[in-house]
Amino acid sequence: MSWIKRHLITFAAIAVLIYMLVPNVIVAVFSFNDPAGKYNYTFNEFSTEAWTNPCGAQGICESLGLSLQVGVIASLAATALGTMIAFALGRYRFRGRSATNLLIFMPMATPEVVMGSSLLTLFLMLGVPSGRTAILIAHIMFCVSFVVVAVKARVATLDPKLEEAAADLGANPTQTFLRVTLPLAAPGIAAGALLAFSLSFDDYIITNFNASPSSITFPMYVWGASARGVPVQVYVIGTIMFLLALIVVMTGQLISSRRNRQVA
Amino acid sequence: MAETAVLSTGSAAPPSRRRRNWVPYALLLPGILWLIVFFVLPMVTLASQSLQEGNVDDGYVFTANFSIYVDALKQYWPQFVRSFVYAGIATGLALLLAYPLAYFIAQKAGRHKNLVLVLVIAPFFTSFLIRTLAWRTILSDDWFITTWAQNLHITDFLQAVGLTDNDSLLNSQFAVIMGLTYNFLPFMILPLYTSLERLDPRLIEAAGDLYASPWQTFRKVTWPLSLPGVVAGTLLTFIPAAGDFINARLLGNTQTTMIGSVIDAQFLRVLDYPLAAALSFILLILIVAMVSVYVRRAGTEELL
Repeated sequence: MSWIKRHLITFAAIAVLIYMLVPNVIVAVFSFNDPAGKYNYTFNEFSTEAWTNPCGAQGICESLGLSLQVGVIASLAATALGTMIAFALGRYRFRGRSATNLLIFMPMATPEVVMGSSLLTLFLMLGVPSGRTAILIAHIMFCVSFVVVAVKARVATLDPKLEEAAADLGANPTQTFLRVTLPLAAPGIAAGALLAFSLSFDDYIITNFNASPSSITFPMYVWGASARGVPVQVYVIGTIMFLLALIVVMTGQLISSRRNRQVA
Repeated sequence: MAETAVLSTGSAAPPSRRRRNWVPYALLLPGILWLIVFFVLPMVTLASQSLQEGNVDDGYVFTANFSIYVDALKQYWPQFVRSFVYAGIATGLALLLAYPLAYFIAQKAGRHKNLVLVLVIAPFFTSFLIRTLAWRTILSDDWFITTWAQNLHITDFLQAVGLTDNDSLLNSQFAVIMGLTYNFLPFMILPLYTSLERLDPRLIEAAGDLYASPWQTFRKVTWPLSLPGVVAGTLLTFIPAAGDFINARLLGNTQTTMIGSVIDAQFLRVLDYPLAAALSFILLILIVAMVSVYVRRAGTEELL
Protein backbone atom coordinates (compact mmCIF):
# COMPACT_ATOMS: atom_id res chain seq x y z
CA MET A 1 0.00 0.00 0.00
CA SER A 2 2.78 2.41 0.90
CA TRP A 3 4.54 1.43 -2.35
CA ILE A 4 1.47 2.57 -4.28
CA LYS A 5 1.31 5.74 -2.20
CA ARG A 6 4.95 6.54 -2.86
CA HIS A 7 4.54 6.15 -6.61
CA LEU A 8 1.13 7.81 -6.86
CA ILE A 9 2.48 10.70 -8.94
CA THR A 10 4.20 8.30 -11.33
CA PHE A 11 0.98 6.33 -11.86
CA ALA A 12 -1.03 9.50 -12.41
CA ALA A 13 1.59 10.76 -14.88
CA ILE A 14 1.51 7.50 -16.84
CA ALA A 15 -2.30 7.53 -16.92
CA VAL A 16 -2.31 11.08 -18.30
CA LEU A 17 0.33 10.14 -20.86
CA ILE A 18 -1.87 7.24 -22.01
CA TYR A 19 -4.86 9.61 -22.30
CA MET A 20 -2.74 11.85 -24.51
CA LEU A 21 -1.42 9.09 -26.74
CA VAL A 22 -4.49 6.85 -27.19
CA PRO A 23 -5.87 8.89 -30.13
CA ASN A 24 -2.54 8.60 -31.97
CA VAL A 25 -2.58 4.82 -31.48
CA ILE A 26 -6.17 4.71 -32.76
CA VAL A 27 -5.18 6.75 -35.83
CA ALA A 28 -2.29 4.35 -36.56
CA VAL A 29 -4.44 1.22 -36.09
CA PHE A 30 -7.31 2.59 -38.18
CA SER A 31 -4.94 3.45 -41.04
CA PHE A 32 -4.93 -0.33 -41.66
CA ASN A 33 -8.72 -0.57 -41.71
CA ASP A 34 -10.99 -1.42 -44.60
CA PRO A 35 -14.11 0.38 -43.33
CA ALA A 36 -17.56 -1.01 -44.01
CA GLY A 37 -19.18 2.37 -44.73
CA LYS A 38 -18.08 5.92 -45.55
CA TYR A 39 -16.75 6.57 -42.05
CA ASN A 40 -13.59 5.08 -40.61
CA TYR A 41 -14.92 4.89 -37.04
CA THR A 42 -15.27 1.13 -36.42
CA PHE A 43 -12.69 -1.50 -37.27
CA ASN A 44 -13.92 -3.81 -40.01
CA GLU A 45 -11.09 -5.67 -41.73
CA PHE A 46 -7.30 -5.42 -41.91
CA SER A 47 -6.04 -3.86 -45.14
CA THR A 48 -2.90 -2.12 -46.38
CA GLU A 49 -4.84 -0.60 -49.28
CA ALA A 50 -4.60 2.99 -47.99
CA TRP A 51 -0.87 2.69 -47.25
CA THR A 52 -0.07 1.47 -50.76
CA ASN A 53 -2.27 4.18 -52.28
CA PRO A 54 -2.03 7.23 -49.99
CA CYS A 55 -3.24 9.64 -52.68
CA GLY A 56 -6.19 7.39 -53.50
CA ALA A 57 -8.80 9.75 -52.07
CA GLN A 58 -9.68 12.58 -54.43
CA GLY A 59 -7.99 15.89 -53.60
CA ILE A 60 -6.17 14.65 -50.52
CA CYS A 61 -2.61 14.97 -51.81
CA GLU A 62 -3.29 18.34 -53.46
CA SER A 63 -4.45 19.64 -50.08
CA LEU A 64 -1.44 18.10 -48.36
CA GLY A 65 0.86 19.75 -50.91
CA LEU A 66 -0.74 23.14 -50.31
CA SER A 67 -0.44 22.76 -46.53
CA LEU A 68 3.23 21.81 -46.78
CA GLN A 69 3.91 24.74 -49.11
CA VAL A 70 2.06 27.23 -46.88
CA GLY A 71 3.68 25.72 -43.78
CA VAL A 72 7.21 26.06 -45.14
CA ILE A 73 6.81 29.62 -46.49
CA ALA A 74 4.88 30.85 -43.45
CA SER A 75 7.29 29.31 -40.94
CA LEU A 76 10.36 30.68 -42.75
CA ALA A 77 8.88 34.18 -42.93
CA ALA A 78 7.61 34.09 -39.35
CA THR A 79 10.97 32.78 -38.13
CA ALA A 80 12.82 35.63 -39.84
CA LEU A 81 10.45 38.30 -38.49
CA GLY A 82 10.21 36.71 -35.04
CA THR A 83 13.95 36.17 -34.62
CA MET A 84 14.67 39.83 -35.37
CA ILE A 85 12.08 40.92 -32.80
CA ALA A 86 13.47 38.45 -30.24
CA PHE A 87 16.98 39.85 -30.69
CA ALA A 88 15.73 43.42 -30.35
CA LEU A 89 13.89 42.51 -27.13
CA GLY A 90 16.61 40.28 -25.74
CA ARG A 91 19.62 42.46 -26.49
CA TYR A 92 18.59 46.11 -26.53
CA ARG A 93 16.99 48.63 -24.28
CA PHE A 94 14.76 50.99 -26.19
CA ARG A 95 11.67 53.10 -25.78
CA GLY A 96 8.45 51.24 -26.56
CA ARG A 97 9.68 47.94 -25.13
CA SER A 98 6.61 47.20 -23.04
CA ALA A 99 4.29 48.18 -25.90
CA THR A 100 6.19 45.75 -28.12
CA ASN A 101 5.87 43.00 -25.53
CA LEU A 102 2.14 43.62 -25.30
CA LEU A 103 1.78 43.50 -29.10
CA ILE A 104 3.64 40.17 -29.15
CA PHE A 105 1.47 38.75 -26.35
CA MET A 106 -1.88 39.83 -27.80
CA PRO A 107 -2.12 37.39 -30.76
CA MET A 108 -1.48 34.50 -28.37
CA ALA A 109 -4.29 35.74 -26.10
CA THR A 110 -6.84 36.18 -28.88
CA PRO A 111 -9.17 33.33 -29.88
CA GLU A 112 -8.47 32.09 -33.39
CA VAL A 113 -12.03 32.72 -34.47
CA VAL A 114 -11.60 36.43 -33.65
CA MET A 115 -8.28 36.68 -35.52
CA GLY A 116 -9.66 34.86 -38.57
CA SER A 117 -12.86 36.85 -38.77
CA SER A 118 -11.20 40.23 -38.17
CA LEU A 119 -8.68 39.51 -40.91
CA LEU A 120 -11.59 38.62 -43.19
CA THR A 121 -13.17 42.05 -42.56
CA LEU A 122 -9.84 43.73 -43.40
CA PHE A 123 -9.51 41.76 -46.63
CA LEU A 124 -13.13 42.51 -47.53
CA MET A 125 -12.54 46.22 -47.03
CA LEU A 126 -9.29 46.27 -48.98
CA GLY A 127 -10.63 43.96 -51.68
CA VAL A 128 -7.93 41.34 -51.09
CA PRO A 129 -9.24 38.08 -52.58
CA SER A 130 -9.34 35.02 -50.35
CA GLY A 131 -6.98 32.22 -51.26
CA ARG A 132 -3.37 31.22 -50.87
CA THR A 133 -1.93 34.72 -50.37
CA ALA A 134 -4.54 35.56 -47.73
CA ILE A 135 -3.82 32.27 -45.95
CA LEU A 136 -0.07 32.98 -45.99
CA ILE A 137 -0.53 36.48 -44.57
CA ALA A 138 -2.69 35.08 -41.77
CA HIS A 139 -0.34 32.22 -40.93
CA ILE A 140 2.74 34.46 -40.76
CA MET A 141 0.77 36.80 -38.47
CA PHE A 142 -0.21 34.19 -35.86
CA CYS A 143 3.15 32.36 -35.96
CA VAL A 144 5.39 35.40 -35.31
CA SER A 145 4.60 35.65 -31.57
CA PHE A 146 5.37 32.00 -30.91
CA VAL A 147 8.73 32.32 -32.68
CA VAL A 148 9.54 35.43 -30.60
CA VAL A 149 8.81 33.53 -27.36
CA ALA A 150 10.94 30.53 -28.38
CA VAL A 151 13.92 32.55 -29.62
CA LYS A 152 13.80 35.08 -26.77
CA ALA A 153 14.03 32.27 -24.22
CA ARG A 154 17.25 31.08 -25.89
CA VAL A 155 18.75 34.55 -26.38
CA ALA A 156 18.23 35.24 -22.67
CA THR A 157 20.47 32.28 -21.74
CA LEU A 158 23.38 33.34 -23.98
CA ASP A 159 26.47 34.60 -22.23
CA PRO A 160 27.32 38.11 -23.51
CA LYS A 161 30.98 37.41 -22.59
CA LEU A 162 31.30 35.08 -25.58
CA GLU A 163 30.45 37.94 -27.92
CA GLU A 164 32.80 40.27 -26.08
CA ALA A 165 35.55 37.66 -26.45
CA ALA A 166 34.93 37.49 -30.19
CA ALA A 167 35.20 41.27 -30.42
CA ASP A 168 38.39 41.26 -28.34
CA LEU A 169 39.85 38.73 -30.76
CA GLY A 170 39.27 41.18 -33.59
CA ALA A 171 35.95 40.03 -35.04
CA ASN A 172 33.81 42.82 -36.47
CA PRO A 173 30.11 42.98 -35.42
CA THR A 174 28.94 41.07 -38.51
CA GLN A 175 31.48 38.29 -37.98
CA THR A 176 30.61 38.10 -34.29
CA PHE A 177 26.94 37.79 -35.12
CA LEU A 178 27.37 35.16 -37.84
CA ARG A 179 30.06 33.07 -36.13
CA VAL A 180 29.12 33.37 -32.46
CA THR A 181 25.66 34.72 -31.74
CA LEU A 182 23.69 32.98 -34.49
CA PRO A 183 25.11 29.46 -33.89
CA LEU A 184 24.46 29.86 -30.17
CA ALA A 185 20.87 30.98 -30.76
CA ALA A 186 20.25 28.29 -33.41
CA PRO A 187 18.46 25.76 -31.15
CA GLY A 188 15.93 28.43 -30.15
CA ILE A 189 15.46 29.51 -33.76
CA ALA A 190 15.01 25.88 -34.85
CA ALA A 191 12.46 25.29 -32.09
CA GLY A 192 10.58 28.44 -33.10
CA ALA A 193 10.56 27.43 -36.77
CA LEU A 194 9.33 23.93 -35.94
CA LEU A 195 6.59 25.32 -33.72
CA ALA A 196 5.56 27.79 -36.45
CA PHE A 197 5.42 25.03 -39.03
CA SER A 198 3.27 22.80 -36.86
CA LEU A 199 0.90 25.67 -35.98
CA SER A 200 0.56 26.61 -39.64
CA PHE A 201 0.17 23.04 -40.85
CA ASP A 202 -2.50 22.29 -38.26
CA ASP A 203 -4.56 25.45 -38.44
CA TYR A 204 -8.17 25.10 -39.47
CA ILE A 205 -10.15 27.94 -37.89
CA ILE A 206 -8.18 30.96 -39.18
CA THR A 207 -7.47 29.34 -42.55
CA ASN A 208 -11.15 28.64 -43.11
CA PHE A 209 -11.90 32.38 -42.93
CA ASN A 210 -9.33 33.22 -45.60
CA ALA A 211 -9.46 30.26 -47.97
CA SER A 212 -11.16 30.03 -51.33
CA PRO A 213 -12.64 26.86 -52.93
CA SER A 214 -9.42 26.48 -54.94
CA SER A 215 -7.17 26.66 -51.87
CA ILE A 216 -8.14 23.72 -49.69
CA THR A 217 -5.50 23.00 -47.04
CA PHE A 218 -5.14 19.58 -45.44
CA PRO A 219 -7.05 20.44 -42.23
CA MET A 220 -9.84 21.89 -44.41
CA TYR A 221 -9.89 18.66 -46.40
CA VAL A 222 -10.21 16.64 -43.18
CA TRP A 223 -12.98 18.93 -41.93
CA GLY A 224 -14.90 18.52 -45.19
CA ALA A 225 -14.33 14.78 -45.06
CA SER A 226 -15.67 14.59 -41.50
CA ALA A 227 -19.06 15.61 -42.88
CA ARG A 228 -19.04 13.50 -46.07
CA GLY A 229 -17.16 10.38 -44.97
CA VAL A 230 -13.53 10.06 -43.89
CA PRO A 231 -11.18 8.24 -46.28
CA VAL A 232 -8.65 5.91 -44.63
CA GLN A 233 -5.87 7.89 -46.35
CA VAL A 234 -6.47 10.69 -43.83
CA TYR A 235 -5.41 8.27 -41.07
CA VAL A 236 -2.35 7.18 -43.09
CA ILE A 237 -1.19 10.79 -43.43
CA GLY A 238 -1.94 11.40 -39.73
CA THR A 239 0.26 8.42 -38.80
CA ILE A 240 3.10 9.52 -41.09
CA MET A 241 2.98 13.02 -39.58
CA PHE A 242 3.15 11.57 -36.06
CA LEU A 243 6.15 9.39 -36.90
CA LEU A 244 7.94 12.22 -38.73
CA ALA A 245 7.38 14.53 -35.75
CA LEU A 246 8.76 11.88 -33.39
CA ILE A 247 11.88 11.48 -35.56
CA VAL A 248 12.43 15.23 -35.93
CA VAL A 249 11.99 15.97 -32.23
CA MET A 250 14.13 13.00 -31.12
CA THR A 251 16.91 13.94 -33.55
CA GLY A 252 16.81 17.48 -32.16
CA GLN A 253 17.08 16.11 -28.62
CA LEU A 254 20.00 13.86 -29.61
CA ILE A 255 21.89 16.69 -31.27
CA SER A 256 21.45 18.99 -28.27
CA SER A 257 22.43 16.32 -25.73
CA ARG A 258 25.55 15.44 -27.77
CA ARG A 259 26.41 19.13 -27.94
CA ASN A 260 26.02 19.47 -24.18
CA ARG A 261 28.30 16.48 -23.65
CA GLN A 262 30.93 18.03 -25.90
CA VAL A 263 30.77 21.30 -24.00
CA ALA A 264 31.07 19.47 -20.70
CA MET B 1 26.43 42.97 -31.87
CA ALA B 2 29.35 42.98 -29.48
CA GLU B 3 28.66 46.51 -28.27
CA THR B 4 25.03 45.63 -27.74
CA ALA B 5 25.91 42.66 -25.58
CA VAL B 6 27.77 45.04 -23.34
CA LEU B 7 24.84 47.41 -23.51
CA SER B 8 22.49 44.90 -21.95
CA THR B 9 24.82 44.58 -18.98
CA GLY B 10 24.69 48.35 -18.64
CA SER B 11 28.39 49.17 -18.96
CA ALA B 12 28.61 50.25 -22.60
CA ALA B 13 30.55 53.28 -23.64
CA PRO B 14 28.12 56.12 -24.42
CA PRO B 15 29.31 56.77 -28.00
CA SER B 16 28.58 53.23 -29.20
CA ARG B 17 25.21 53.34 -27.50
CA ARG B 18 24.25 56.46 -29.37
CA ARG B 19 25.65 55.27 -32.66
CA ARG B 20 23.67 52.03 -32.72
CA ASN B 21 20.45 53.42 -31.28
CA TRP B 22 18.50 52.71 -34.45
CA VAL B 23 19.39 49.00 -34.54
CA PRO B 24 16.59 47.68 -32.27
CA TYR B 25 14.00 49.66 -34.22
CA ALA B 26 15.34 48.31 -37.53
CA LEU B 27 15.09 44.78 -36.14
CA LEU B 28 11.55 45.35 -34.89
CA LEU B 29 10.19 47.19 -37.90
CA PRO B 30 9.22 44.39 -40.33
CA GLY B 31 7.66 42.08 -37.75
CA ILE B 32 5.89 44.80 -35.81
CA LEU B 33 4.58 46.34 -39.03
CA TRP B 34 3.21 42.94 -40.02
CA LEU B 35 1.41 42.60 -36.66
CA ILE B 36 0.04 46.14 -36.83
CA VAL B 37 -1.34 45.75 -40.35
CA PHE B 38 -2.61 42.17 -40.05
CA PHE B 39 -3.52 41.95 -36.36
CA VAL B 40 -4.29 45.42 -34.93
CA LEU B 41 -5.83 46.99 -38.03
CA PRO B 42 -8.24 44.03 -38.51
CA MET B 43 -9.58 44.68 -34.98
CA VAL B 44 -10.48 48.18 -36.16
CA THR B 45 -12.11 46.93 -39.35
CA LEU B 46 -13.93 44.29 -37.30
CA ALA B 47 -15.38 46.95 -34.99
CA SER B 48 -16.23 49.11 -38.00
CA GLN B 49 -17.87 46.21 -39.84
CA SER B 50 -20.09 45.50 -36.84
CA LEU B 51 -21.47 49.07 -36.95
CA GLN B 52 -22.33 49.00 -40.66
CA GLU B 53 -25.64 48.18 -42.29
CA GLY B 54 -26.29 46.71 -45.71
CA ASN B 55 -25.83 43.41 -47.46
CA VAL B 56 -23.20 41.50 -49.42
CA ASP B 57 -24.58 42.43 -52.86
CA ASP B 58 -25.23 46.17 -52.39
CA GLY B 59 -22.34 46.89 -50.06
CA TYR B 60 -22.27 48.32 -46.55
CA VAL B 61 -22.64 51.84 -45.10
CA PHE B 62 -21.33 52.91 -41.71
CA THR B 63 -24.35 53.82 -39.57
CA ALA B 64 -22.98 53.48 -36.02
CA ASN B 65 -25.65 50.90 -35.42
CA PHE B 66 -24.81 50.05 -31.82
CA SER B 67 -28.10 48.21 -31.31
CA ILE B 68 -26.55 45.27 -33.16
CA TYR B 69 -24.61 44.52 -29.95
CA VAL B 70 -27.82 44.34 -27.92
CA ASP B 71 -29.40 42.06 -30.53
CA ALA B 72 -26.31 39.87 -30.74
CA LEU B 73 -26.17 39.38 -26.97
CA LYS B 74 -29.94 38.86 -26.66
CA GLN B 75 -29.92 36.22 -29.35
CA TYR B 76 -26.69 34.38 -28.57
CA TRP B 77 -26.01 34.76 -24.84
CA PRO B 78 -26.59 31.02 -24.24
CA GLN B 79 -23.77 30.17 -26.66
CA PHE B 80 -21.47 32.71 -24.97
CA VAL B 81 -22.22 31.31 -21.51
CA ARG B 82 -21.85 27.74 -22.76
CA SER B 83 -18.46 28.49 -24.36
CA PHE B 84 -17.07 30.01 -21.18
CA VAL B 85 -18.49 27.25 -18.97
CA TYR B 86 -17.08 24.48 -21.19
CA ALA B 87 -13.73 26.25 -21.49
CA GLY B 88 -13.66 26.82 -17.70
CA ILE B 89 -14.40 23.18 -16.86
CA ALA B 90 -11.91 21.96 -19.48
CA THR B 91 -9.24 24.29 -18.08
CA GLY B 92 -9.84 23.00 -14.53
CA LEU B 93 -9.67 19.39 -15.69
CA ALA B 94 -6.57 20.07 -17.77
CA LEU B 95 -4.87 21.60 -14.70
CA LEU B 96 -5.76 18.52 -12.62
CA LEU B 97 -4.37 16.18 -15.29
CA ALA B 98 -1.36 18.25 -16.28
CA TYR B 99 -0.02 18.92 -12.78
CA PRO B 100 1.04 15.37 -11.87
CA LEU B 101 2.52 14.78 -15.33
CA ALA B 102 4.43 18.09 -15.35
CA TYR B 103 5.66 17.43 -11.80
CA PHE B 104 6.74 13.93 -12.79
CA ILE B 105 8.71 15.17 -15.83
CA ALA B 106 10.32 18.03 -13.91
CA GLN B 107 11.22 16.27 -10.67
CA LYS B 108 11.00 12.48 -11.03
CA ALA B 109 11.65 11.39 -14.60
CA GLY B 110 15.45 11.59 -14.28
CA ARG B 111 17.13 10.31 -17.41
CA HIS B 112 13.75 9.60 -19.06
CA LYS B 113 12.90 13.30 -18.93
CA ASN B 114 13.58 14.01 -22.61
CA LEU B 115 11.70 10.92 -23.76
CA VAL B 116 8.58 11.85 -21.79
CA LEU B 117 8.79 15.44 -23.03
CA VAL B 118 8.90 14.16 -26.61
CA LEU B 119 5.82 12.02 -25.93
CA VAL B 120 4.01 15.09 -24.60
CA ILE B 121 4.86 17.23 -27.63
CA ALA B 122 4.56 14.59 -30.37
CA PRO B 123 0.74 14.19 -30.44
CA PHE B 124 0.59 17.94 -30.87
CA PHE B 125 2.24 17.54 -34.30
CA THR B 126 -0.48 15.24 -35.62
CA SER B 127 -3.44 17.11 -36.98
CA PHE B 128 -5.80 18.31 -34.26
CA LEU B 129 -8.77 17.34 -36.45
CA ILE B 130 -7.62 13.75 -37.04
CA ARG B 131 -7.04 13.22 -33.33
CA THR B 132 -10.48 14.60 -32.57
CA LEU B 133 -11.98 12.20 -35.13
CA ALA B 134 -10.17 9.38 -33.30
CA TRP B 135 -12.20 10.27 -30.19
CA ARG B 136 -15.34 9.47 -32.18
CA THR B 137 -14.02 5.92 -32.39
CA ILE B 138 -12.94 5.77 -28.75
CA LEU B 139 -16.28 7.04 -27.42
CA SER B 140 -18.49 5.23 -29.94
CA ASP B 141 -21.20 2.83 -28.71
CA ASP B 142 -19.44 -0.19 -30.23
CA TRP B 143 -16.29 0.26 -28.19
CA PHE B 144 -15.49 -1.11 -24.76
CA ILE B 145 -15.21 2.32 -23.10
CA THR B 146 -18.92 3.00 -23.47
CA THR B 147 -19.80 -0.57 -22.43
CA TRP B 148 -17.61 -0.30 -19.32
CA ALA B 149 -19.02 3.11 -18.49
CA GLN B 150 -22.52 1.61 -18.78
CA ASN B 151 -21.65 -1.40 -16.59
CA LEU B 152 -20.06 0.80 -13.95
CA HIS B 153 -23.09 3.15 -14.06
CA ILE B 154 -20.87 6.04 -15.11
CA THR B 155 -23.25 6.76 -17.97
CA ASP B 156 -26.15 6.89 -15.49
CA PHE B 157 -24.20 9.37 -13.39
CA LEU B 158 -23.32 11.53 -16.42
CA GLN B 159 -26.95 11.48 -17.49
CA ALA B 160 -28.11 12.41 -14.00
CA VAL B 161 -25.84 15.47 -13.89
CA GLY B 162 -26.95 16.40 -17.41
CA LEU B 163 -23.65 15.90 -19.22
CA THR B 164 -25.12 13.26 -21.53
CA ASP B 165 -28.67 12.77 -22.84
CA ASN B 166 -28.78 8.96 -23.03
CA ASP B 167 -26.56 6.00 -22.20
CA SER B 168 -23.98 6.65 -24.89
CA LEU B 169 -20.99 8.96 -24.44
CA LEU B 170 -20.63 10.48 -27.90
CA ASN B 171 -22.51 13.56 -29.16
CA SER B 172 -22.89 15.04 -25.70
CA GLN B 173 -21.62 17.84 -23.48
CA PHE B 174 -19.41 15.26 -21.81
CA ALA B 175 -17.69 14.42 -25.12
CA VAL B 176 -17.18 18.10 -25.99
CA ILE B 177 -15.62 18.96 -22.61
CA MET B 178 -13.46 15.84 -22.75
CA GLY B 179 -12.32 16.78 -26.25
CA LEU B 180 -11.46 20.35 -25.21
CA THR B 181 -9.51 19.06 -22.20
CA TYR B 182 -7.61 16.60 -24.39
CA ASN B 183 -6.82 19.01 -27.22
CA PHE B 184 -5.43 21.83 -25.09
CA LEU B 185 -3.62 19.69 -22.50
CA PRO B 186 -0.09 20.27 -23.95
CA PHE B 187 -0.63 24.04 -23.56
CA MET B 188 -1.13 23.42 -19.84
CA ILE B 189 1.67 20.89 -19.38
CA LEU B 190 4.51 22.88 -20.96
CA PRO B 191 4.28 26.11 -18.88
CA LEU B 192 3.68 24.05 -15.72
CA TYR B 193 6.73 21.96 -16.52
CA THR B 194 8.83 25.10 -17.04
CA SER B 195 8.02 26.47 -13.59
CA LEU B 196 8.21 23.11 -11.81
CA GLU B 197 11.60 22.44 -13.34
CA ARG B 198 12.96 25.59 -11.71
CA LEU B 199 11.68 24.38 -8.34
CA ASP B 200 14.63 23.43 -6.14
CA PRO B 201 13.98 19.88 -4.79
CA ARG B 202 15.85 20.84 -1.64
CA LEU B 203 12.93 23.11 -0.71
CA ILE B 204 10.60 20.10 -0.72
CA GLU B 205 13.11 18.09 1.34
CA ALA B 206 13.42 20.98 3.77
CA ALA B 207 9.64 21.09 4.20
CA GLY B 208 9.67 17.35 4.93
CA ASP B 209 12.49 17.77 7.43
CA LEU B 210 10.44 20.42 9.18
CA TYR B 211 7.61 17.87 9.60
CA ALA B 212 5.29 19.17 6.91
CA SER B 213 2.91 16.50 5.59
CA PRO B 214 3.05 15.88 1.81
CA TRP B 215 -0.18 17.87 1.48
CA GLN B 216 1.21 20.78 3.52
CA THR B 217 4.40 20.72 1.45
CA PHE B 218 2.32 20.94 -1.69
CA ARG B 219 0.11 23.76 -0.34
CA LYS B 220 2.90 25.84 1.15
CA VAL B 221 5.88 25.16 -1.15
CA THR B 222 5.20 23.49 -4.49
CA TRP B 223 1.92 25.17 -5.45
CA PRO B 224 2.93 28.80 -4.68
CA LEU B 225 6.22 28.37 -6.54
CA SER B 226 4.46 26.91 -9.57
CA LEU B 227 1.89 29.73 -9.77
CA PRO B 228 3.49 31.48 -12.78
CA GLY B 229 3.15 28.22 -14.72
CA VAL B 230 -0.42 27.76 -13.49
CA VAL B 231 -1.38 31.25 -14.65
CA ALA B 232 0.29 30.87 -18.06
CA GLY B 233 -1.10 27.37 -18.57
CA THR B 234 -4.67 28.24 -17.62
CA LEU B 235 -4.61 31.24 -19.98
CA LEU B 236 -3.15 29.24 -22.86
CA THR B 237 -5.86 26.60 -22.33
CA PHE B 238 -8.88 28.76 -21.57
CA ILE B 239 -8.52 31.29 -24.40
CA PRO B 240 -8.31 28.88 -27.34
CA ALA B 241 -10.88 26.56 -25.73
CA ALA B 242 -13.43 29.39 -25.40
CA GLY B 243 -13.17 30.24 -29.09
CA ASP B 244 -12.97 26.66 -30.33
CA PHE B 245 -15.80 25.01 -32.21
CA ILE B 246 -14.10 21.96 -33.68
CA ASN B 247 -14.73 19.81 -30.60
CA ALA B 248 -18.30 21.04 -30.28
CA ARG B 249 -19.07 20.20 -33.90
CA LEU B 250 -17.26 16.87 -34.13
CA LEU B 251 -18.07 15.45 -30.68
CA GLY B 252 -21.23 17.32 -29.66
CA ASN B 253 -24.83 17.71 -30.75
CA THR B 254 -27.10 20.63 -31.67
CA GLN B 255 -27.38 21.53 -27.98
CA THR B 256 -23.61 22.00 -27.53
CA THR B 257 -23.05 24.77 -30.11
CA MET B 258 -20.31 27.14 -28.97
CA ILE B 259 -19.94 30.80 -29.90
CA GLY B 260 -17.07 30.15 -32.33
CA SER B 261 -19.41 28.01 -34.38
CA VAL B 262 -22.00 30.80 -34.52
CA ILE B 263 -19.39 33.37 -35.61
CA ASP B 264 -18.05 31.00 -38.27
CA ALA B 265 -21.53 30.23 -39.62
CA GLN B 266 -22.70 33.89 -39.59
CA PHE B 267 -19.59 34.99 -41.49
CA LEU B 268 -19.22 32.19 -43.99
CA ARG B 269 -22.70 30.73 -44.52
CA VAL B 270 -25.34 33.25 -43.47
CA LEU B 271 -23.11 36.13 -44.70
CA ASP B 272 -24.53 38.47 -42.04
CA TYR B 273 -21.23 40.33 -41.65
CA PRO B 274 -22.32 43.03 -39.16
CA LEU B 275 -23.86 40.52 -36.72
CA ALA B 276 -20.91 38.15 -37.12
CA ALA B 277 -18.43 41.00 -36.55
CA ALA B 278 -20.36 42.15 -33.46
CA LEU B 279 -20.31 38.61 -32.00
CA SER B 280 -16.61 38.31 -32.72
CA PHE B 281 -15.90 41.69 -31.12
CA ILE B 282 -17.94 40.80 -28.02
CA LEU B 283 -15.94 37.58 -27.65
CA LEU B 284 -12.69 39.54 -27.89
CA ILE B 285 -13.80 42.11 -25.28
CA LEU B 286 -15.03 39.42 -22.87
CA ILE B 287 -11.78 37.47 -23.17
CA VAL B 288 -9.61 40.57 -22.70
CA ALA B 289 -11.69 41.58 -19.66
CA MET B 290 -11.48 38.11 -18.08
CA VAL B 291 -7.77 37.78 -18.77
CA SER B 292 -6.90 41.15 -17.25
CA VAL B 293 -8.98 40.53 -14.11
CA TYR B 294 -7.46 37.05 -13.77
CA VAL B 295 -3.86 38.18 -14.27
CA ARG B 296 -4.34 40.99 -11.75
CA ARG B 297 -5.84 38.66 -9.13
CA ALA B 298 -3.23 35.97 -9.72
CA GLY B 299 -0.56 38.66 -9.39
CA THR B 300 -1.77 39.76 -5.97
CA GLU B 301 -2.09 36.17 -4.78
CA GLU B 302 1.50 35.62 -5.73
CA LEU B 303 2.53 38.58 -3.56
CA LEU B 304 0.71 37.26 -0.49
